[in-house]
Amino acid sequence: MDTFSIAGKTFSSRLIIGTGKYSSHAVMVKAHEASGADMVTVAVRRVNIADRSKESLLDYIDTSKYFLLPNTAGCYTVDDAVRTARLGREAGLSHWLKLEVIGDERTLFPDNEALIEATRVLVREGFVVLPYTSDDPVVCRKLEDAGAAAVMPLGAPIGSGLGIQNPNNIRIIREFSHVPVIVDAGVGTASDAAFAMELGADGVLMNTAIAGAQDPAAMAEAMKFAVRAGRLAYLAGRIPRKLYATASSPVEGLVGR
Amino acid sequence: MLPGWITTVTITLNGDPFDLSGPLTVSELLTALEIDARRVAVEHNLVVLKRAAFDGAIVREGDQVEIVNFVGGG
Repeated sequence: MDTFSIAGKTFSSRLIIGTGKYSSHAVMVKAHEASGADMVTVAVRRVNIADRSKESLLDYIDTSKYFLLPNTAGCYTVDDAVRTARLGREAGLSHWLKLEVIGDERTLFPDNEALIEATRVLVREGFVVLPYTSDDPVVCRKLEDAGAAAVMPLGAPIGSGLGIQNPNNIRIIREFSHVPVIVDAGVGTASDAAFAMELGADGVLMNTAIAGAQDPAAMAEAMKFAVRAGRLAYLAGRIPRKLYATASSPVEGLVGR
Repeated sequence: MLPGWITTVTITLNGDPFDLSGPLTVSELLTALEIDARRVAVEHNLVVLKRAAFDGAIVREGDQVEIVNFVGGG
């Protein structure tokens, strides 16, 4: 049985999806259902004191069906990330965390030095830390050494939809890692997700590719199949690449020869 | 001012000055703001509170309070 477990918890889907940027809560609910995902990410933000009329996101997520993964998106320092992580833990009553420590506003690339330090601090506090990281095998190894429960290298910048920019690094990270490798960010369409899985990723995390599609529910379904197809292909073991043709039909017994 | 005396106190709530009748507990503050305590996390003077501590934590003049919840994100 091909199971997907992180820190001893087993998930039925290798697709993890976000809750941001949907045109409405109703559209998000349909996409979540179509995706087959059983883990969704959420962000931690100040309650709007002046306008309390806004509906709560949690009214639209059945937490008996979806495991919540709070993130520290938007944090640029170890202190901010740790503070946000602690708040997320109390809001969700779960010690699981997608850790982001961003190092640059335009690319949203991680500050890996701060990321490793924050991982160390939060693991010590009992968090199950899933860090969003550069596609750098050495950084991923350091994160694992710091106690990360998985490593989540980016395929391309967040929200860029560029697909997997450095497939060789994802393969090397898979080879180096003893924890699950989840490609987080950069997926644009279903083939990108399938490709990530074919490279050996244990899972894929995405938000914009689904939320920003013309039909989010349809794209969510496409991603569900893509992740499954990619996983199956990885397990099946692809044929080697060859420069020239090899006939699929018998070369003997041809009429007229 | 005597302990427990009700007067107007100014706190910093989610980064902005906020006047309220107090001192009061965090639970009372959430009730006054019509916020469901089960849906939020509260940081009081840079210490994140366990939900069980909401009834006991007293908000006083000059305190810093952050109230957060989950929003959509990736």
